[in-house]
Amino acid sequence: MKFSEQWLRTLVNPSISTQEMCDQLTMAGLEVDSVAPAAGDFTEVVVARVDSMEKHPDADKLNVCQVTDGSETRQIVCGAANVRPGLIIPLAKVGAVLPGDFRIKPAKLRGVESFGMLCSEKELGLADSAEGLMELPADAPLGEDIREYMKLDDTIIELDLTPNRGDCLSIEGIAREVGVLNHCEIAEQQWAPYKQTITDEFPVEIEADEACTYYAGRVIKGINVKAQTPLWMVERLRRSGIRSLSPVVDITNYVMLQLGQPMHAFDLSKLDGKISVRFSKESEKVTLLDGKSIDLQENSLVIADNSKVLALAGVMGGEDSAVDDDTVDIFLESAFFRPEVIAGKARGYGLHTDSSHRFERGVDTQVQVHAIERATELIREICGGEMGPVLEHKTAAHPEESLPIHLRSNQIKRVLGIELAEDEVTEIFQRLGMEVKVYPDGWLVKAPSFRFDIAIEADLLEEVVRIFGYNNIPRTSPSYHAVIQAQPEAQNSLNELKNCLVNRGYFEAISYSFVDPKWQKILDPEAKNIALANPLSSEMSVMHTTMWVGLLSALKHNVNRQQSRVRLFETGLCFKPQNSDSETINVDEIAQDPMFAGVVCGDIHHEQWAEQPRKVDFFDIKADVEALLACSAADSRFEAAEHPALHPGQSACIKQDGEIVGWLGALHPQVQKALDIDPRVYVFEIKQSAIANNRIPAFAPLSRFPEVRRDLAILVDETIPVADILSAINETASDLVKETQLFDIYQGKGVDEGTKSVAFGLILQEFSRTLTDTEVDSEIDNIVSALNQQFAATLRE
Amino acid sequence: MDLQKLTADALATINAADNLEVLDQVRVDYLGKKGELTSLLKTLGKLPAEERKAAGQDINNAKREVQQALEQRKQALETEKLNARLASEKIDVTLPGRGQTAGGLHPVTRTMARIESLFSRLGFTVEQGPEIEDDFHNFEALNIPSHHPARAMHDTFYFDANTLLRTHTSPVQVRHMENNKPPLRIIAPGRVYRCDSDLTHTPMFHQVEGLLVDENVSFADLMGTLADFLKQFFEDENLQTRFRPSYFPFTEPSSEVDIQCVMCKGEGCRVCGHTGWLEVLGCGIVHPKVFESAGIDTEKYTGYAFGMGVERLAMLRYGVNDLRLFFENDLKFLQQFGLQQSGNRSRKGL
Repeated sequence: MKFSEQWLRTLVNPSISTQEMCDQLTMAGLEVDSVAPAAGDFTEVVVARVDSMEKHPDADKLNVCQVTDGSETRQIVCGAANVRPGLIIPLAKVGAVLPGDFRIKPAKLRGVESFGMLCSEKELGLADSAEGLMELPADAPLGEDIREYMKLDDTIIELDLTPNRGDCLSIEGIAREVGVLNHCEIAEQQWAPYKQTITDEFPVEIEADEACTYYAGRVIKGINVKAQTPLWMVERLRRSGIRSLSPVVDITNYVMLQLGQPMHAFDLSKLDGKISVRFSKESEKVTLLDGKSIDLQENSLVIADNSKVLALAGVMGGEDSAVDDDTVDIFLESAFFRPEVIAGKARGYGLHTDSSHRFERGVDTQVQVHAIERATELIREICGGEMGPVLEHKTAAHPEESLPIHLRSNQIKRVLGIELAEDEVTEIFQRLGMEVKVYPDGWLVKAPSFRFDIAIEADLLEEVVRIFGYNNIPRTSPSYHAVIQAQPEAQNSLNELKNCLVNRGYFEAISYSFVDPKWQKILDPEAKNIALANPLSSEMSVMHTTMWVGLLSALKHNVNRQQSRVRLFETGLCFKPQNSDSETINVDEIAQDPMFAGVVCGDIHHEQWAEQPRKVDFFDIKADVEALLACSAADSRFEAAEHPALHPGQSACIKQDGEIVGWLGALHPQVQKALDIDPRVYVFEIKQSAIANNRIPAFAPLSRFPEVRRDLAILVDETIPVADILSAINETASDLVKETQLFDIYQGKGVDEGTKSVAFGLILQEFSRTLTDTEVDSEIDNIVSALNQQFAATLRE
Repeated sequence: MDLQKLTADALATINAADNLEVLDQVRVDYLGKKGELTSLLKTLGKLPAEERKAAGQDINNAKREVQQALEQRKQALETEKLNARLASEKIDVTLPGRGQTAGGLHPVTRTMARIESLFSRLGFTVEQGPEIEDDFHNFEALNIPSHHPARAMHDTFYFDANTLLRTHTSPVQVRHMENNKPPLRIIAPGRVYRCDSDLTHTPMFHQVEGLLVDENVSFADLMGTLADFLKQFFEDENLQTRFRPSYFPFTEPSSEVDIQCVMCKGEGCRVCGHTGWLEVLGCGIVHPKVFESAGIDTEKYTGYAFGMGVERLAMLRYGVNDLRLFFENDLKFLQQFGLQQSGNRSRKGL
């Protein structure tokens, strides 16, 4: 809501500065968004008249004008298209300074002397753009300073109102609030019901009697639509951000700004039979005032006559019934539409109007006739005409008066935490225009009809504290029973897990959860996408099923910026429909799994003097994954497995209890190509649930007797996974074997082709004595023969 | 042989020995079993008895003298050897260390962790919730019915009429109230989504929501808690805060919280739009309808709730001037919030 401070001060004029008033409004919950002068900074611009003009001898588009300010006539060269003899315009005299420190000096334009400049609204800082000179009313007094004449020394204040304060979407509402805050009376605005001079009526029928509970109408005949809207009104409209269009439209807009009641005027001659307020039917259409033709959705509230839809109720009027240059008789509408019927409707049609903005927040239920009387008065003054009677149509559902609300005095201490004297509270309610009855245990309060936001006790509490001033409340600390919160020791905090990778050289990335379906298809071709109905762009239109999409795009971003070594991880939810057959989306059927993922490319280490550079490989990233899995109590197994995004020979799934909890591997070369990423990339992704819980340490006593280590090298077929050999050893070995330490894998000279040598040390220990060689030998023999049986392994000599 | 000459020869040889091996040979030559001084002792028997004692003493003195010299020389040579070794092993200790250097957490995580840590000291626990939400938890249960104008302010991403990306972390409080009985003290950090993208808006950002429900919780307590939190977050005991009436459908009274601009200390600058104040938080007393929807007795309990934008706080805390940087994941940006980088790369400024 934008308004002229000058206008406001005609209603309520506390002796405080503009800045003080703005601070006051902001601190009362009516946030001041901007404060701007009503016009640019300029001097020496006066009302003047073009007396005569002739074509510039050497320039087609210029005219040489004789301009008078009443006392002196000047020659001025002007290029505006609308310049003509008799026109009253603002004249910047020689010596004037226009906005932007533009000084007017005597000049020669293509050889013709010019003493001053005729101004447009733009040049005076009254508008952002202008098509020609500003045309002033014919009765503007020549020679008068424009700032004086137009009362331009004014401030435009813009409020960013919260949705509950629809009552302040009018100058009267804001005045009431300023009055409350400053303990000032507001100048009462009264309009005696305008005496009807004719008996003409137009029938109105409210079919949608729950949606439209009140409809007042009046026929006015014989108006002059070519009348000029007075400058004061044009200016007040302009300062509220509304452009002057024609007197009738200007007047309805003005009354809306003044009282908060949106109104509409129909051309009476274009109405067929009767007005009916009803819901739209299938395949109805209407062309709105903005020229846009819309296909009405079913159940939009409309104003219609016998043959057509006239207007989208509370949103915008229609072109077919609009007041135009030929209009003589009009029908004025001032209605009450329920907020919930209007809300969202305008948006549904891609519209947002001053009218819908007000109706969806609510308007005063009792102001409609008042508004129609005010509009009538203005029409009479400006356009003339004969007034029919005001016809009121009210349905049973119309909210008459607000119900009294009980505020219990103990709630002030309980909810607000402050103590207030009874009369202090009473006084606040009275200032707010509420009817108050004081009872021993509190107050019974009835809100005025314009405060339609007040409905429950909490609303009253809010009003009390708002007027008392939030910052007058002493700030306290909550007191509650001190209870130590549960803190499971085995639970890993996500930040600890993240730090595990940070310490291994990774940076944390955060990328959007919605991604490009093309990338997702490449990385997770089998996934069913969950698509946004209203994405910002197609690159951000489906929910990611794997964090690799965002991470790889971040990796690419960095690689393209000369970063040859990238190590990134990210945590967050991945989204997969659980019921892949279902076409509809149901929150309960979407798996929203917290994942932990990483991507790596480039050298294993930063470039450094003491290490030979080496590219990162599978086993480097596996170590990082193992470091994460080490935080988990569960047993994890890596198994060679194929994944559509991964290199078939360098990819593994991670299993816990036989279930896949993650993947790691080298990106498939074709995937790299499709994503246009050059350096070899390794990726991993694990369910957070797989690393969520650690084990609680359980002490085992230490043995005082020495350990024995025996190293073995066995030869096996190269295709046998080492993990299988190690688990076979673990299964065969007795409790004497404490550890198996893999230390070499060898293929090449001395080992037959197709065979590999696997070397490991076995560490044996008996808790209560020193082991004998015989015991150790027999243990080793057992293991060797088991390996021989299972894998045809032979000892390497 | 003349004892004196022998002693003098021995001492000279000792002094001339330039390494421990030579020195040991000297010891063997003079003091060993067959050494020259040892041999002299063996000749004592041939001397007359009255001379024997004095001669024996002289030899022993000489032996002791040689022994001492040997010890001294040995020590000197050992010291010399050690010094030589140390000198040969000298390295340039200013060269950087080798191996992996640390990365860093994202500034949003860092900021959320800080918020979590401050509130956990007050007994708040961290709760999480789904990001794909239903209309009920994101709106209805928070007193935002479908026709409410506040919905327009939320710029919601929809999947279908009932399913959406949560526009705030407030649904977590709804879900928590559904499943737990008061007293409740939670904060809910996480990703939220709004259909808006420009210089100062990204379609995804982070919020931390807070909820406290107990028997004696007032608006004054809410103000005290948040003013305290902001002081501790910005580590400024004198940080000024002000509470401005505002409106959220799920709290009443509602308030926005401003802090004195951390850039200009309230003088007025570009960051605070020359007002001297920065809006950082929204908060209020939980609306009775929200309690009713969650089945919490409004006569027994009161509660407060608050919500803050994490990126906004991170920007103010660390001086980040462009919101969009948070989601570009440029290493040059991320590195500024990580640990110091290794000395292998020396950097002039940033």
